[in-house]
Amino acid sequence: MAEPKAKYDRQLRIWGEHGQAALEKATICLLNCGPTGSETLKNLVLGGVGSITVIDGSKVEPGDLGNNFMVDESCVGQSKAKCVCTFLQELNDAVKAKFIEEYPEALIGSNPSFFSQFTIIVATQLAEDSMIKLDKICREANVLLIFARSYGLTGFVRISVKEHAVIESKPDHFLDDLRLNNPWPELKRFAETIDLNMTDPVAHKHTPYVVILVKIVEEWTKAHSGALPSTRDEKKEFKDLLKAGMVAMDEDNYKEAIEASFKVFASRGINSDLLRIMHDSCSEVESNSSDFWVMVAALKEFIANEGGEEAPLEGSIPDMTSSTELYVSLQKIYQAKAEADFLAIQQRVKSILKRIGRDPDSISKEMIKSFCKNARKLKICRYRPIEDEFNNPSVAELQKNLTDEEYSVAMGFYILLRAVDRFAANYNSFPGQFEGEMDEDISRLKTAVVGLLSDLGCNGTTVTEDLINEMCRFGASELHAVAAFIGGIASQEVIKLITKQFVPMVGTFIFNSIDQRSQLLVL
Amino acid sequence: MAESTVHQSRSRDLDKLLLRPGNLVAPTFEPGAQLRDDLQEYARILVIGAGGLGCELLKDLALSGFKNLEVIDMDRIEVTNLNRQFLFRLEDVGKPKAEVAARRVMERVSGVNIVPHFCRIEDKDIDFYRDFIIIVLGLDSVEARSYINAVACGFLEYDSDDKPIEETVKPMVDGGTEGFKGHARVIIPGSTPCFECTIWLFPPQVKFPLCTLAETPRTAAHCIEYAHLIKWDEVHSGKTFDPDDPEHMKWVYTEAVKRAELFGIQGVTYSLTQGVVKNIIPAIASTNAIVSAACTLETLKLVSGCSKTLSNYLTYNGVEGLHIKVTEFVKDKDCLVCGPGVLLELDTSVTLQKFIDMLEEHPKLLLSKASVRHQATNLYMQAPQVLEEMTRSNLNLPLFELMGKVPRDIIHVTGTTSRDGKKASCLRKLCLVFKGADAVTDQDMAVGA
Repeated sequence: MAEPKAKYDRQLRIWGEHGQAALEKATICLLNCGPTGSETLKNLVLGGVGSITVIDGSKVEPGDLGNNFMVDESCVGQSKAKCVCTFLQELNDAVKAKFIEEYPEALIGSNPSFFSQFTIIVATQLAEDSMIKLDKICREANVLLIFARSYGLTGFVRISVKEHAVIESKPDHFLDDLRLNNPWPELKRFAETIDLNMTDPVAHKHTPYVVILVKIVEEWTKAHSGALPSTRDEKKEFKDLLKAGMVAMDEDNYKEAIEASFKVFASRGINSDLLRIMHDSCSEVESNSSDFWVMVAALKEFIANEGGEEAPLEGSIPDMTSSTELYVSLQKIYQAKAEADFLAIQQRVKSILKRIGRDPDSISKEMIKSFCKNARKLKICRYRPIEDEFNNPSVAELQKNLTDEEYSVAMGFYILLRAVDRFAANYNSFPGQFEGEMDEDISRLKTAVVGLLSDLGCNGTTVTEDLINEMCRFGASELHAVAAFIGGIASQEVIKLITKQFVPMVGTFIFNSIDQRSQLLVL
Repeated sequence: MAESTVHQSRSRDLDKLLLRPGNLVAPTFEPGAQLRDDLQEYARILVIGAGGLGCELLKDLALSGFKNLEVIDMDRIEVTNLNRQFLFRLEDVGKPKAEVAARRVMERVSGVNIVPHFCRIEDKDIDFYRDFIIIVLGLDSVEARSYINAVACGFLEYDSDDKPIEETVKPMVDGGTEGFKGHARVIIPGSTPCFECTIWLFPPQVKFPLCTLAETPRTAAHCIEYAHLIKWDEVHSGKTFDPDDPEHMKWVYTEAVKRAELFGIQGVTYSLTQGVVKNIIPAIASTNAIVSAACTLETLKLVSGCSKTLSNYLTYNGVEGLHIKVTEFVKDKDCLVCGPGVLLELDTSVTLQKFIDMLEEHPKLLLSKASVRHQATNLYMQAPQVLEEMTRSNLNLPLFELMGKVPRDIIHVTGTTSRDGKKASCLRKLCLVFKGADAVTDQDMAVGA
C-alpha cells in the first residue's frame, strides 16, 4: 500500500476517498495564531488539507510559551505567524504552509478581496467589529467562514455561511429504506414466489424477514381495507400473527421480523424534513441555482410522478438471517429498483438543466447517484449574518435561556463575551486583564452588560454577579486546554464543511468549562 | 499596559486562573503563587496511553501548569497513527510511543519532565500507581481501563462506617473516542461510579455466529471472517494468524475474495479486510483534541480546585450537529471493585493455597492463578520466578497467621478472569473476616476496658 494512503487510513474509513480529496483541495486561511488558531490548524494539517495561510502580526512573547505548543523559547521576539507556520509544516509535508506577518484586523480593513482566494477562513480571537466586517466580505465572496474564540474558561465557535447543503449527512440512526409496507411490483412478485408454509424446516428458518414482513403486511392490509396496523392492539395483533408463523423456537428470522415490525408501522411516503426542503423556495430553480437545488427540483418531480409519493430507493439492505441465495436475490431486487429510480432522476435533472439554460451533463453521474442514495437524509444548514444576530437576536430565546437552569450559564457567557468587546472598545483593555483594577473592572463590566442587554431589548433580565466576577477573573486569558477544546470543535466543523459530509452545528456553540454544560444557542 | 511585557512569565494566562480568588470554584481552592508552584513541584500525574489521546494529553497537561508527568504505553509507532498522533513523524515508525512522545513534549515545553515507560500496564507493581495524584487514561480498550480502574480502586479504604477514607482516594480521568464521538469522565473511587459500576456503557463486540460464516454467508464481512477464523486454521495447521503480518492479511483477503465470488457477494476490499480482522476503530485528530482537552481541564480543576468539576460523564457527538451532554451516573453500591470489598468469611485454619483455590470457585470472583498481597507484603506471587520461589513456602501456612492474626482486614488479589470469553487480568479487593477470631478480640477489649 502506498504510504500517503496508509497515513490517512483511520480517517478514510470515516469520510472516504472523495472526502479526503475535498480536504486535499481545500485552501485554509487562519487569522491569529494564538493557541486557539494553532490547535485548530494542527488538527486540519494532520488530516491533510491542501494549503494553509497563517496570518498574524504579533511577535512571540514569553507568555506565549505557556499556552501555545507551536512556539518554543527560540521563537521569542520573532514573528508568531512564521514560527507557528514552521511547526505546522513539520506535522505534514503534504500540506503547503505559508504565512503573512500582518494583523488580521488591518487586512480586513485594507484588502477585503484578499479573502476570496480561500475555501475557508478560520477567524480566531477577533473582536466584534472585525467579525461583522469579515462576515460581510466572506458572504459576498462565497467563502466559508468559521469564528472561534477562547476566553478564560469559556469561548465560542460560530459558523457563518449563507447556506450549506449536505447530501451525505450519514446519521447514526436512520430507518432502513425497505418499503415493507409499500412494496414495488418486483419486490411483491418476489415475495409471492415464496410460500411461508413450506415443509422444509431449514428453508423456513432461512427465509429473510423482509419477505416474511412483506407477505404478512399484504395479508393484513387485505383484511383491513388497505390500512396498516396503527393502534397498540393492532400492532400487538400483527406481531402475534408473525409469532404464529413460527414452526420452531429457534427461528432467528422470525424473531428479527418481530423486532423489525416497527418498520412496517412507520408511515409511508416521505419524512417531514425532506418535505420542508422540497417546499423551500430555492427548489424553484433558475439559471443560477446550485446543483443541489437542481437535484431537489428533479426529486420533487420524481416523487409526484414515477416515484409514487416515495423518494428514490436507497438500494441497500441490512444483514439478516437468510440463506445466501435468497439474500443475494433480494439484494439484487433492491439494487435494480435503486438503479431505475436513479435513471429516472438523472433524466429529470438533465431536462431541468436544459430548461434553465445549463449544460444537461453539468452534474456528474456520481453526484446524482449519491443524491438518490441519500435523498431521504438531505440537510440544509443556514446561518444568520453575524451583524443581524448581534443587532437583532431573538429576544424571546435570549430571555428564555437566561432563566433556564441548563442554559443560563452558557447564555450568560454569550452576553459576557460580547460585553468584554464593548468594554475593550471603551477602555483599551479587557476586564481584569491587568492586576490592581479588578473591583473597578467588575463594576464597569456590569455596566457594559446592562447596556448591552438594554440595547438588545432585554430589560429586566441580567447575568449573575458570580459570572461577571468570573469573567473578570479570566482577564482575557487564553488557556491552552480551553484553546485545544475550542480548536478541536472548530476543526471538526471545518472538516464537515469542506467534505460536505455529516451535519455541521447550527447556532453559536458556547463552551462552559466550569461544569462542562456547554450549549448551542440559536439566536 | 507597560507592565505586560516587563515581568511576563510563561504562566501569564494560567496565573489568572490560579492566583485570583473566584466564586465559582471548589471549596478547597486556595489561590496564590504557592498553588501554582505546588502544581509544578508536587503534582505527579500519570498518563496511560501515548496514542491519539495520550499525545494530546501530554501536551495539554504540560501547558496546564504540570511539570511532573509519566506516561506508560506498550506500543510502537505505526504509519496509520500519523493522521492524529501529532508528536510522531514518519521517521519515528517502529519506535516506542511513550519514549518519542515524552521526548517531543520535553523538547518544546521547557521545564517539563516526562518519564516514559515502554511496557504493559500489568508489568508495573501496584505501588507504582500509588505515587500519582491523578491517573489520566487515554486508552482504547475496555480491558486496560478495567485493570487500571481496579488498581486505583484497590487503594481505596473505607472507615468503620463504610465511608471512603480521603487519603486513600485515587482519582482518575478517563477519555475515549470513536470517529466523531467521544467521552470524558471523572472517577473518584468511593464517590462517583467507577468504570466497573457502569461497565454496561461498553457493550461487548458483536461476533458473527460460526454457522453463518460456514454455511450462509451474506456480507463481505462474513467472507472475511470465514477466511480469517475458519479457513486459516484449516490450511495453516498450527501456525497462528498475525494481523500485523501483511502476508497473512493478503492471504485472508484473497481467500475472502474467492469466497465472495463463489456466493455472489460484493464488497470485499483489502481495506475492509483489515478493518474487520483488526477491528479497526476510525479515529481523527479533532475528536481526540476535544476529549483530551476536556480531560486535562478536569485534571487541572481536580488538583487545583480552580473551578467546579464535571459530575461525572461528558459525551460529545459531532455526527449530526454538535451534542455535548453531561450525565450524572450513580455508583453501584455493591460494586466488586470500588465498594468496601467482597466479604469472605474464612476459618482461621484455611491455608493460603486453599484460599487461592477458593477464589477460583467463588461465583462472583472466578479468579484463577491468583497472586495475593496483604498491605505491603506479597504473600504469594505467581511471577516472576524469583518471587514465586520466595513466597512458595507461604502456601501451606494458615492465611490467618500470615495476616498477623487480625480478625478482619482487606486483602488484594490479582489474577485472570474471563470477560466476554476473553482472558483478562484483574485485581480484586477482598474483605476477609476470620470466624471465631472476633470473639478473641472482643474479649481482649473487654479486659482492656
